[in-house]
Amino acid sequence: MDQEGYITWISGPVVRAKITGAMRMLEQVEVSSFRLVGEVIGMQEDTATIQVYEETSGIKPGDPVFGTGMPLSVELGPGLVGEIFDGIQRPLEILAARSGNFIQRGIKAPALDRERKWVFTPVLKPGTELQGGEILGTVPESSLIEHRILVPPGLSGTLEWIAPKGEYTVTEVIARVRTPSGSQELTMIQEWAVRRERPFRERLSPNVPLITGQRVIDTLFPIAKGGTAAVPGGFGSGKTVLQQALAKWSNADLIIYIGCGERGNEMTDVLVEFPKLLDPYSGKPLMERTILIANTSNMPVAAREASIYTGISLAEYYRDMGYDVALMADSTSRWAEALREVSGRLEEMPAEEGFPAYLGSRLASFYERAGRVVTLNGNEGSVTIVGAVSPPGGDFSEPVTQHTQRFIRAFWALDKSLAAARHFPAVNWLESYSGYDADVAQWWEDKVSPDWEELRRKTMDILQQEAQLQEIVKLVGPDALPDSQRFVLLVARMIKEAFLQQNAMDPIDAYSVPQKQVALLQLLIHLFERGSQVVAKGAPIGRIQKEVTIWPQLVRAKATIPNDDLSGLDRLREQLDKELNQIERDYDEHQNPS
Amino acid sequence: MSTKTQVEEAIPTLRTKQYEGLARIYGPLIVVEGTRDVSYDETAEIILPNGELRRGRVLEASEKGVVVEVWGGTTGLEMKSTRVRFLGGPLQIPVSTGMLGRIFNGLGEPIDDIAPPPAEALADVNGAPINPVRRAYPQDLIITGISAIDGMNTLIRGQKLPLFSGSGLPHNEIAAQIARQAHLANSDEEFAVVFVAMGVKHDDAEFFWRSFNESGALSNTAMFLNLADDPPMERIIAPRAALALAEFLAFERDMHVLVIMTDMTNYGEALRELASQRGQIPSRKGYPGYLYSDLASIYERTGILKDRKGSITQVPILTMPNDDINHPMPDLTGYITEGQIVLSRDLFRSGIYPCINVLPSLSRLMKDGIGEGFTRADHPALSNQLYAAYAHVQEVRSLAAVIGEEELSDVDKRYLAFGEAFEHRFINQGEYEARSIEQTLDLGWEILSLLPKEELTRVSEKELEQHYIERPSATEEG
Repeated sequence: MDQEGYITWISGPVVRAKITGAMRMLEQVEVSSFRLVGEVIGMQEDTATIQVYEETSGIKPGDPVFGTGMPLSVELGPGLVGEIFDGIQRPLEILAARSGNFIQRGIKAPALDRERKWVFTPVLKPGTELQGGEILGTVPESSLIEHRILVPPGLSGTLEWIAPKGEYTVTEVIARVRTPSGSQELTMIQEWAVRRERPFRERLSPNVPLITGQRVIDTLFPIAKGGTAAVPGGFGSGKTVLQQALAKWSNADLIIYIGCGERGNEMTDVLVEFPKLLDPYSGKPLMERTILIANTSNMPVAAREASIYTGISLAEYYRDMGYDVALMADSTSRWAEALREVSGRLEEMPAEEGFPAYLGSRLASFYERAGRVVTLNGNEGSVTIVGAVSPPGGDFSEPVTQHTQRFIRAFWALDKSLAAARHFPAVNWLESYSGYDADVAQWWEDKVSPDWEELRRKTMDILQQEAQLQEIVKLVGPDALPDSQRFVLLVARMIKEAFLQQNAMDPIDAYSVPQKQVALLQLLIHLFERGSQVVAKGAPIGRIQKEVTIWPQLVRAKATIPNDDLSGLDRLREQLDKELNQIERDYDEHQNPS
Repeated sequence: MSTKTQVEEAIPTLRTKQYEGLARIYGPLIVVEGTRDVSYDETAEIILPNGELRRGRVLEASEKGVVVEVWGGTTGLEMKSTRVRFLGGPLQIPVSTGMLGRIFNGLGEPIDDIAPPPAEALADVNGAPINPVRRAYPQDLIITGISAIDGMNTLIRGQKLPLFSGSGLPHNEIAAQIARQAHLANSDEEFAVVFVAMGVKHDDAEFFWRSFNESGALSNTAMFLNLADDPPMERIIAPRAALALAEFLAFERDMHVLVIMTDMTNYGEALRELASQRGQIPSRKGYPGYLYSDLASIYERTGILKDRKGSITQVPILTMPNDDINHPMPDLTGYITEGQIVLSRDLFRSGIYPCINVLPSLSRLMKDGIGEGFTRADHPALSNQLYAAYAHVQEVRSLAAVIGEEELSDVDKRYLAFGEAFEHRFINQGEYEARSIEQTLDLGWEILSLLPKEELTRVSEKELEQHYIERPSATEEG
């Protein structure tokens, strides 16, 4: 590695260097004799500006800068699943083994274990004409993920030789390809520059829902595979709990969870919990389909900026194998703040609240890497992005939330007042929206229930009516309302307590299958329609409240009725009908004295 | 001020670089030109012509020279004859178990007129980030004896749980009560308190000293005092110096350390002053864009390591300017800490102590430290139900304010009664009253039983059966 320059100025994570060699824009460099990882982010005349991904304390003018000749890249290959990396893909377990409890500087460790042997099974035969993205062979990476070794994008030629089935390390040659420019050897590793999008054949419309098991999301504000969603919310509104619930229960093949500038103990929580929790679809430990990227709030700020790109590059790689990948970024605001901090040190002209003017375009370039695609090898894969946003003071008019809203289609607004009443997930049903509802309706109607769209519409309608009625109630109290409207309030309360609220800690309630979601909603809408008839006949709301006895059971149904046996809901419905009929009978007689 | 510092004695081998004369003085910053081999974040000693010594650190280093932040302030500095010496590395302070029972300034120098305790190690005040894979997940509950905390927002060993207060509210009393009463269920492990004052009044520091003294905890307490009339820039170092000691005690000496830091708002002010002097682009309310990362570098120095016995628990206190929880200081703090305990002026006015408003309060680590095997099986559901019911009380109260209490439904009237009892009997308790978990939970059920059974849907039927207290006098018809 050659020296390409020397340091002239240091302030926090940003340093300037005099260029003496062949330094290039966005090249990965190593700074000083500590060999701190950095990236060239600007050049002017003979001076380069470098952001450094490690603590720069102790760096002084005159220290050397070494070039790597490569842009900031990730290593792709078997050995990623189940691991935890920092923002620049250093394996944290290895760092801990080398430097102990605290992260020290300048430690280099390859992302992929060089010693470990993997069982490689070839798929292609020698003589095959191949293109970038084709599957050379497979490796069982975890009990849930079959790692498909891909021909690096951009490479094409004739397969001269492929390794027979056997055990290989990631650096051993497993294939040789004859290309126009000569013969090329392939291993199971490929490198990819994190800021570049990986190529695919074509984009597909996102019309398959990502089932998350969270009722308020799947039913009211669904997200599609390959879609984008933002979860904004002030502190304490449950962003992280919701993100973790999505990571646990989503029906994606692989989860990439980026802890970007968040709490250390939260990553520990995931590390402790995920190996114990079982994936509801396969019964295997969740860690077998999870990759963690942790750049906690006290780790170097520039690496926080990189962590998002590291994560999305890994996601695209597994997408290219034909998997549905869901990426959770918690929190994109911390990433934006890292941009702001570096921008401030560069003395760039700030736009809103000190954020650089390119905040919007950076956010776009991240969210646009989501999508459901046909991969280069003709399979289907997707990357779904769910980004948490932490608006200061919970105020959604701030720049990060505002810019994010331009690039996402599902918006799950978390509400502090709901959280204070321990209504979780604190998704505000009036402020949230999803642009995928029409796209995924077909799937729900084919696979679950033909009345899905109608149930949703009716539910939203009741909630909307309730919001308006509450305005009146605040002024005059509920007693002033006619019984038909008080009944709307009653049903809305049931929808909130029996359907929207979901306890992430409860073993049954934590995750609802689509069938249960629909069945619960059918029961609630039935309650509304049947009850409204009875009220219309003159039954007072007080009688319905008192003589219908299922209220507590209805509210507890989400946690008492298991996903695989919904018959309890039918029994509740029978009892409800019986009790409503009983009341109705009295008023039928009044109306028709025959 | 001390002239011969601990640092110098401890690291005599480091080559020192000395320069005479300053190029610029502005605010707490000085510029020294012509420096060679001086690194970013290096510690500097500034020697005034009269021999007085101040310390500082390099904020920016270039080929031309360096910008130094002077912790003692720049008052009285002179351009020509001020000498600046660079000590070759970031600030390190000597740490030892002997520091317990002692009082220090913000830079960790003893100010109680006793000889400095012999150093057992030197610690970098900045610390280093804990590798997340080496953290042990905090699960041991700390019993504080305060119902609003134990029952509703449980403090866990290794947690950072700030008190959000307002000026004039009894946050000091509550923090002192926590320090006095905190203990683990059946454990007698060694514990220590590290107390940091940043820009607080003499009276407040005195109050804590007396309180620790009364409870006999003084010999286990190290106090780092930067009072309101001490140099503001020292406030930036004070919490870091204190945490360097806390880390030593927890991770090298197996102690359980409770760190109380007051007042973080003053810390933020000092940081803002420094940033504006440096001409940095402000984000919200003039605070620098890196306020979040900077606060995190303090708050994240909390927790438990897998291979160490000790732990660090932080209870920072911050007064919300104008009681505004959306002010950048409480706001960014809340995003980093694992919850918050929010004090309420309304409850304070109603004479309730501790005036903790449980609704905006939260303990994120509570979920894994309570319930079966930790406290009692009904604890999670009970606290959940109390929250939900008390949240409804707020709605009923605002309704009652409009239509009058008389017009409320019977159920809502019972909610009002529940709300009163919750505040006056559950939240309210004596400053020296330590309730056991059992007492707190039983009291919770007793108060919950003021509500009709059908309203309590957050608890299971089994829990209702076990704990709900039926009272014939309070039936629906009543």
